[in-house]
This record gives sequence, C-alpha cells and structure tokens, in this order.
Amino acid sequence: MTQPPLLTVSDLRTYFYTSAGVARAVDGVSFTIAAGETLGIVGESGCGKSVTALSILRLIQPPGRIEAGSSILFEGQDLLKLDDAGIRRVRGNRIAMIFQEPMTALNPVFTVGDQIAEVARVHASASRRAAWDRAVEMLTLVGIPAPAQRAREYPHQLSGGMRQRVLIAMALIMNPALVIADEPTTALDVTIQAQILELLGDLQQRLGTSIAMITHDLGVIAEVASRVLVMYGGEVVEEARVEALFEVPHHPYTEGLLHAMPRVGRRQERLAVIPGTVPPPTAWPSGCRFRDRCPYAWERCAREHPPLYQIGPGHTSRCHLAEEPERRVRRPDAVAVGKGDGPTQPMQGVA
Amino acid sequence: MIFIAASLSFALIHLAPGDPFSGSITSPGLDPETARIRRSQYGLDRSLLQQYVTFIGNVVVGNLGQSIRHGRPVSEVLGIALPRTLLLMGTALILSFAAGVALGAWQAARRGSRADRVAGATSLVVASLPEFWLGLVLLLVFTYKLPLFPGGGIVGYMHDSLSPVGQLIDRVRHLALPSLTLAVLGTATIARFQRAALLDVLPHDFVRTARAKGVAERWVVYRHALRNALVPTIVLAGLSLPTLFGGAVFVESVFSWPGMGLEAAAAFAARDYPLVVGTALLGAVIVVIGGMITDVLHAAVDPRVRAR
Amino acid sequence: MTSVSLSQPQVADDVGVGGSSPWETALRALARDRSAMLGLVVLGVIAVVAIVTPLIAPGDYCIAQPDIIRLKNIPPSAAHPLGTDKFSRDVLARLICGARVSLAIAFLSVLVAATVGTIYGAIAGYVGGIADSVLMRAVDALLAIPRVLLLIAVATLWNPLGITGLVLVLGLTGWFGVSRLVRTLVASARHDDFVAAARALGAGDVRILVHHILPRVVSPVLVAGTLGIGNVIVIEAGLTYLGMGVQPPHASWGSMFYDGIEYFPSVWWVCVFAGAALVVTVLAVNLVADGLREALDARQLPAR
Repeated sequence: MTQPPLLTVSDLRTYFYTSAGVARAVDGVSFTIAAGETLGIVGESGCGKSVTALSILRLIQPPGRIEAGSSILFEGQDLLKLDDAGIRRVRGNRIAMIFQEPMTALNPVFTVGDQIAEVARVHASASRRAAWDRAVEMLTLVGIPAPAQRAREYPHQLSGGMRQRVLIAMALIMNPALVIADEPTTALDVTIQAQILELLGDLQQRLGTSIAMITHDLGVIAEVASRVLVMYGGEVVEEARVEALFEVPHHPYTEGLLHAMPRVGRRQERLAVIPGTVPPPTAWPSGCRFRDRCPYAWERCAREHPPLYQIGPGHTSRCHLAEEPERRVRRPDAVAVGKGDGPTQPMQGVA
Repeated sequence: MIFIAASLSFALIHLAPGDPFSGSITSPGLDPETARIRRSQYGLDRSLLQQYVTFIGNVVVGNLGQSIRHGRPVSEVLGIALPRTLLLMGTALILSFAAGVALGAWQAARRGSRADRVAGATSLVVASLPEFWLGLVLLLVFTYKLPLFPGGGIVGYMHDSLSPVGQLIDRVRHLALPSLTLAVLGTATIARFQRAALLDVLPHDFVRTARAKGVAERWVVYRHALRNALVPTIVLAGLSLPTLFGGAVFVESVFSWPGMGLEAAAAFAARDYPLVVGTALLGAVIVVIGGMITDVLHAAVDPRVRAR
Repeated sequence: MTSVSLSQPQVADDVGVGGSSPWETALRALARDRSAMLGLVVLGVIAVVAIVTPLIAPGDYCIAQPDIIRLKNIPPSAAHPLGTDKFSRDVLARLICGARVSLAIAFLSVLVAATVGTIYGAIAGYVGGIADSVLMRAVDALLAIPRVLLLIAVATLWNPLGITGLVLVLGLTGWFGVSRLVRTLVASARHDDFVAAARALGAGDVRILVHHILPRVVSPVLVAGTLGIGNVIVIEAGLTYLGMGVQPPHASWGSMFYDGIEYFPSVWWVCVFAGAALVVTVLAVNLVADGLREALDARQLPAR
C-alpha cells in the first residue's frame, strides 16, 4: 500500500478538568484510517471511544480540552492546528459524523429537509432551491420513500429508523472522505439495525467513503469492519484485522468481550461477564488499567504500564502476556469467565 | 374558566359586609326609605340564588351593572378605559419581549464573560424595582429635571389643534414614559429567563449536530438553539400577563394614564362596587384571551405542539 | 420532553460526594454563594435595626411628632440625615418604623399563602382524578385574575381593611401559584416506587403524604415563598400608596409614598428614600431566593 493513510491520529490526549479531578478520557491514542476502509472502534461505555470521535472534529467543549502533543493529520493538515473557520470547513464537508440518538440529534423545530439542506448551504453556498433539491436526492439515496414529502416533515413525525437515515443523508450530502459513526444502531431495533448497516455498507461501496464505526457491539464490527481497534481505559489495548481479532484475540479484555457474546447454537447456562466495572477516568489504576478485572494479572501488571506489543502483522496488543505467554493461566481466585473453551471457532454470524 | 371567575366575583360581593347603600360615603345620611328603593333598583333585595342567576346571565351578555360613581353602565366605562390600558400593556409587552430575548441571548452567547455578569447583575437589580417607584423616578428625571416628556395623561392640552403628525407625536410622547417603565422591568425579567432557557438548550445533542455540520457558532446559538429556547419564554410571557396588569395599575396612577387601573383606583375611593368587581372580571377575561394568543404563538414556533 | 442525552459523554458520574445529608450539602452550597450571603446579611441588618432601634431609642420612637410647623419638609441635613416629611417626621425614623410593618406583613402573608397553597395542592395532587382536575381548574381561573385588581376589589368591598385583614387578603390571593407547584410535585411523587413500598408496608395515606412526600415539597415551596416575600413587599407598598393598604396609625414604607407623593417632586427625599429601602430589601430577598434555588438544585444533581 503506497497510498498515505487518510487520517492519522497520533498520541491523542483529551482531558476533562472537573471539580472531581482531571478525567483522562482519552490518554494517548494513535491509529490510522486508510481511504475506503472501515475501521471499527469497540469498547464498553467509559472507555473513551466517543470522546476520541468528538476530538477528531474538535467538538469537545470546556471543561474538556485536547492536550498539546496530540496531532490529527487529515488530507495534509493537522486538524488541531486549524483556526475556527478552518475546522468548520472540514466539519460536515470532508469529515462527517453520525450520532447515536437520532431523536435528540435532530433539531425539533426545523424540517428534516431543511436540516439536510443546511449542510449544502453552509459548505457549497448553494441556493435554497438547489440545496433543497439535493437534500431530497439524498433522502432517496438513503432509501426513504416519498422523499419530497418527507423532507417537509419534522423529526417527531418520523420513526427512529427513518431519523437515522436522515442523519446519514445529512452526513453524506457533501460526499465526505471520512464518516465517523458513533453507535449509529444502538438506539434502534435489531431489524432496523440490520437495514442501517446494510445501507452504510452499500453507500460506502458506491461512494468510496472511509468509515470509523464506533460501537460496543462486536456483532456490528464483524459485519462491517475490516480492521478493529479495541479501547479500554482511554487507550487502545488491541488493534488487528477483523478475522485475526475474532480468531486469535490476544488481550484479555478482547477475550472477555468475545466470551461475553451469546452465540447462536451454543448452549450456555450462564451469560459470561467480565467481572468488575470500568474504573473512573479520574483515577486510572497504576500499571495496566485492566488488571483489576483480568483473570491472568500478576504483579508485573500493577508495576509496569504495558506498551503496545507487536503480536503479528498488523496486530498489536497492550498486554505483558506478549512477552510472557506462559502466564496465560487462569488464577484460582479469578471468577469463571465462560466455560473456558477458547474462541477457536470463527464467528457464526451475528448473534 | 371565566365562569368560575365570575362566580367568584359574585361570592365576593355578597360576602362583604353590608351593601352599597348602608352608610357608604357616596350616600351618607340616606334615609331608610330611599335606601330601600335604591336597593330594589339594583336588585339587591331578591333572594341570593335569584341574584346569582341574574348576575351570571348579565355577565354572559356583557352587562356588568351600573357604575355607582359614574352613573353609567360599567361596561361602557370600562369599554373606554380598557383600550388605553391595552395600548400601554401591549407596547410594554412587545418592547420587553424583543429587548429581553435579545439581551438574554446576547448574554448566553457570552456566558461567564464580564459583559454577561454585569448585564446579569443589572437585570437582577432592575427586576427587583417596584413599578411605581421606577415610574416616579423616571417622572422626576425626564419630566422635571430634564423636561423631555409630559408629566401625565394620554394627550396634551392642545392635542386637537395639532396636525395629524403632531397628534401622533403627541400621543407617542405621552405613551413613552409609562410604557418604558413597564418595559424596563419586563426586559429585565425576560432577559434573565431567556438567558437561562438558552443555556439549558445549549447542551442538547442537536446543537452539537449543528456544530458538526460546520455551522458557525453564532448561527448555532442564534438560529438553532434560540428557536428552541424561545418556546419557554413565550409561555412565560403569557403567564406574566396578570402581573403586567398589576404593574399597569400602578404605572397608570403615577402617570395619570386614564386606563382601567386608574378607574379601579378611583372606584375604590368611591366604593363603586360594580366597577371594581367589573375591573377584576374584565382583567381575567383579557388574561384568558392573552393566554389563547400565547398558545397560538407557541404552536407557531414549536411544531411538536401542532400535532396535538 | 423525553430524556435528553447531554452532548458531553458523562465523565466521572460515579464519583460520590461523600456522606453528608442533602440539607448539609445545600447549606454549604448556600454559604458559598456570595451574593446570597450578602442578601442575607442585608436582610439581617434591616431586621435587627427595625426591631431594636425603637426599643432602645428614647421615648415613643415611632409615634413622636415634635415641632409640627417648623420642621416641615426639610431636605436631608445633619440633624435629619434623610430629611423630614410633611408632618415633620424624621424620614429615617419613619423608614425604620415602617420596616417592621412592611416586613411583618410580607412575611406573615407569605406564610398564609404557602400554607394554604401547600395544603390545597397536596390534596389535589394526592387525590388525583376528577377532584384534582376541578380543583386545578379553579386555581387556573383564579390565577387569571390580575392580583392587584382582585386586591382592589376586595379592599373596596371590605372597607376598611385592618392589618390582619391585609395580611389575610394578601395571603389568600397569593397561594395559587404555590398550589400548582405542590400539586405537580405530589402528583408525580405519588407514582414513585418508594410510595408503593411504603404502602406495601402498611402505611396509611396521610402518613405517606406527610412523612414521605411533603419533605420533597419543602425546598421548591421555600424558594417560591422567598420570592413571594419580595413580591408582597412591593404590592403592599403599592396598595398603600394608592390608599388601600396600611392605614394610620400604622405606617409601612408604602405609607411614606402615600404621604410623600403630595409634594413630589420638589420634596423628593421622602419618596426616593422609601423607594430605595424597598429596592434594597427586595433585591436582598431576591438574591437569597436565587441562592436558595441554586443550592437546593445542586443537591439533586449527581457529582459533576
């Protein structure tokens, strides 16, 4: 691959300065996205994935701040060094974002057509007429029936699935190079989920857009992503191609996530869980941040913060097991996680 | 609703000790015989139930009784006074809404800045001022110390001899101070409220969406957020009508503005029961109508309301 | 409105505040609010001066009328720092004495209003159903009548209105807003789980109402009441200014306006100082009310 990546995030650090302390929501995250590729970013709530996404477009409001030393390179510019007008030219135009809650993400007092058209008016200086027509076109593209009529309606008149399509239309109207989708299907029914994912995949093929798909649902990742980033504690803990991640996960957290997924065709008496909860971002544990919940942790994990080890081609993991694989033995006091059979089978499709 | 208000007025009148003709100031030394005749004239000698029915019946057709002081029907007296009060209140309302929304939005966009804090403190102080006091102060400054505005009344002495343009200017000059008094207070209250309402809206998701689309910050605030934040302010404006009325009463007294408030105050002095009660009733009616107008405006701004 | 998800991902929302009761938290928040504290101090000073001065001053401080003709209408000077009025009374003395009346009336009538409103609203909210609708419709109608006009009507019909009457009337015209507030709170609390739990444990209606629901109601009513005090001070002053409120021999700040308006604006000091007293007091009350509202709101939010 001789083409430079579309987006390069280097050592991104986004901290929130609250009265309860400094919350290091994103603490040194680096990754790249190539043109036309779909990167999945997966993790539990509180791991920093949403904040990462918002940081790329500089949508972080005080008391949050992107720390110096971070850099986000896109189309030859460092987004963090642009002035206000500069970053506005990027938003919605070259990089677009699709948010999680379609109902609250749309302005209730304007028509959906108006809201989509606004993007064209802002970036292409289109006339009202031209922008409106383009908006209707986009509604057709995302598969909304009777688009001309729908465009005149208000968000509360549409169903959840349709609203999400509207958000997608809004994101794609300027044909951006990168779309960041933040949990686009979480708020929707399963059947609608499938439709939306199909739509996104379809549009990506047609338009060649890169997608950063943020989700906590591994099933979604399996369906759409080519590469995956697993995040925990404000850091990337594992990065791999999708097949590799599902077949040979390295990091215990990834292992836990995969185990926690109920699978069709397999009898389980009990749903496996990862014990414990995500620690607060104001107080990450010393050493490895996952150690309190990790079934394999030993004293090195409390002492030494693990760097990203190279496991294989295009596969990294932030775990000391890379250097001491013989330690991958379940501790006697660790709570049983699943039935102990490793993830040796490839994915059986979406659960 | 008006029905309830009317019934209440009736109850009020008849709970009060005595009636207009027993030893009141307007008819001292009325001999029992004349008093009896007067009473029957006003229907005060019939049974309570009969009186109630008659009263409600009258209210429905707009007959609020005879003003004792004026000797003319209450509805007639108020019919002249009411439009003047409405003019005063209306002007004040429009001014304070426009200025209040603008100020509140301006403050919210600059939240935490020096300008915001100064404006906020000023609004707090101004909103605490009694209307009649502010009116008196304005009178003192703008009429006596600097003779810019007339001291009262609705038109000047020489109004009729002025040209149409002159008449208009004359009216405006007379309207200026009273409505300004009310408007200044209204602006402060609305500005405080609007600022809070806008700050409430700003953390919402759709505001973030607007930013993510590349919309300039100023438009994010003034177009996307404000449109939503106007809604509670409109509702507030509607709810503040009764208070505005009260303020108008005092302002009318200070500036001798011949509206309902002044009539009510004079009626008090003259023990003119029908007029006084009529004022209260009419005030309620106006407020109810105002409420309906507010509902219409509310639906115009917020499409979610239209569906219902 | 459906629940709103705030744009900033919730950070540190499981960091607790540390064990203190909600009241303590609120009080501490209030103490930190400088403007509210200022307001309280001002009010405290006024109250103390109003109560204590007539007690320690020589003679009948609030009734004395020394030299009737010679001291009439003197502008502010050394002997009389705020001047004298048309009856030769020292303006400062009148301010201090008037304070008692104005403040007492305001405080008592708000007490009446808060009590009546809370009871009415609690009953309506708890009982629910048709009774609730009827009761609230009545309140809506009453709210529509401009308070001042209603007061004028009542003042006309019940003439003369003594101080007690004034307090009652002010209170009985001011409870409507409180009742709506309480009714909403009670109606929503009625469906809360802890009520069902209490009922399951055998608690009767009255006990549930008083013991479990009413404490929830206290803080909003407290805020509303404080704001109401400021409101009533102004209304009472206005009514007295129009001749309908406090009558001689009692005197409130409004009475000063009533007396002072005759020679206004040449004799400006009577009205202006009375007004200044009003403004300062109402401002102080509003500051305290604002501070209370924020302090009581703060304790309901989780740690930020």
